[in-house]
Amino acid sequence: MESLSSLWPTILSTIVDVAPIVGVLVLFQVAVLRRKLPNPGRMIAGFVFVLLGLAFFLVGLEQALFPIGETMARQLTGAETVGPQSAADGVDWRDYWLVYTFAAAIGFATTIAEPSLIAVAIKAEDVSGGTVRAWGLRLAVAVGVALGVALGCFRIVTGTPLPWYIMAAYVIVIVQTFRSSKTIVPLAYDSGGVTTSTVTVPVVAALGLGLAASIPGRSPLIDGFGLIAFASVFPIMTVLGYAIIASWLNQRRKTIESKDG
Amino acid sequence: MNEYTRLLAPMLQRTATSLRDLAPIIIVIAFFQIVVLQQPFPNLENVVIGLAFVVIGLALFIVGLESALFPIGELLAEGFAKKGSLTALLAFAFCLGFGATVAEPALIAIAAEAADVASEAGAIANSDQARSSYALEVRLVVAVSVGAAIVLGVFRILKGWPIHRLIIGGYLLVVALTFFAPDDIIGVAYDSGGVTTSTVTVPLVAALGVGLATSIRGRNPMIDGFGLIALASLTPIICVLAYGMVT
Repeated sequence: MESLSSLWPTILSTIVDVAPIVGVLVLFQVAVLRRKLPNPGRMIAGFVFVLLGLAFFLVGLEQALFPIGETMARQLTGAETVGPQSAADGVDWRDYWLVYTFAAAIGFATTIAEPSLIAVAIKAEDVSGGTVRAWGLRLAVAVGVALGVALGCFRIVTGTPLPWYIMAAYVIVIVQTFRSSKTIVPLAYDSGGVTTSTVTVPVVAALGLGLAASIPGRSPLIDGFGLIAFASVFPIMTVLGYAIIASWLNQRRKTIESKDG
Repeated sequence: MNEYTRLLAPMLQRTATSLRDLAPIIIVIAFFQIVVLQQPFPNLENVVIGLAFVVIGLALFIVGLESALFPIGELLAEGFAKKGSLTALLAFAFCLGFGATVAEPALIAIAAEAADVASEAGAIANSDQARSSYALEVRLVVAVSVGAAIVLGVFRILKGWPIHRLIIGGYLLVVALTFFAPDDIIGVAYDSGGVTTSTVTVPLVAALGVGLATSIRGRNPMIDGFGLIALASLTPIICVLAYGMVT
């Protein structure tokens, strides 16, 4: 059982990663706020669950998902799938439709499983009193990551400059911000930052580096980066877009109802 | 041990939900492996065990999240609101942002890559020592910038400033700096924004923001409570771009 033996070092490294945060929490709770925890046993148990959970999660991902994800990214971007002639007479972006499809599908799927997004979605549903649905938010974010990563792959294939895309995305976000309801904007901005953590980053980064390495004229060092940036900006757009459409539909339904009544 | 067994009941329920959360990944991988690439799974047994670990891990994490991370974040927010000391709250905000980021594995990886890019471009000497000190500096720059972002974000919650002004201002700064920063650093800088928010920090920071907005009169948890994570993912981009221009 390889997986069980790699569990222990992962637990240790998770503890090391989390140690500074726990230190800060304990220091301020004990030295500054000087208050007793209301239910210390439960909180400590919960923290142990978080640490164990992350360790299991990471070991499982390394065992099951990352090797396949990386092999798949390599195979899909390799010559056999794309066709041998494309390397000889320049790069045609249309040869890579399978890569875009895979990028979108894997971006969507990894985002649905992203633990920090689940956390923010639970919080948002809780705070909004159910107006924002946790599942709806996660779907909107996942669609955003899918679009972003697919477009990011298109950018690597065509070799167009990254700042153009990101700046255009910023402009769209700014326009949407002024057309959306004030209550959804902060949550939409936050969902951009949480999409890219434990699950999505390794798979998406491997895809970008593999793609940049296999296309003639692209450097993995310069063109391989940027997919994560796409995956962080596009969810803001889809969440705001979803909110704009939802409120528009709501309004329309209300006007129809009032006409009927 | 009692507390642990009490958390086991929600565990079972969560395991079913985690299975549903992972279904898309399993479907995508299986589809591409079998239908598109037409290859058998290497080490199918390992894959199945690994997926079982992922399901258990996700369920454990969510149960721990609801019984520890969220309550701790809310408790601290409430405690600071009652204490009423701005200095203590802002000091805590900085330490939380800095402490969460400085040891983040994804950041360590991207800082090392940034050092490779810099040495390839000739910005720093091509030696291990120069690269590792550059990587450490990038990490510290990003960690300080995340600490500063949480301070700014908490201050915003207290004042009730609209988040979009800060974010749009940040975007404009990113755009302006992009024109002056060396080309090699831009990709790394843009990506650094996405890697700073780790799985343990996000729930704590979200609970802290929402808790503060709930405890302070006149603040709306939806409008004022969210936004900390967004700021924490924007400032590293600005700081890495600026750092790339200085060195």
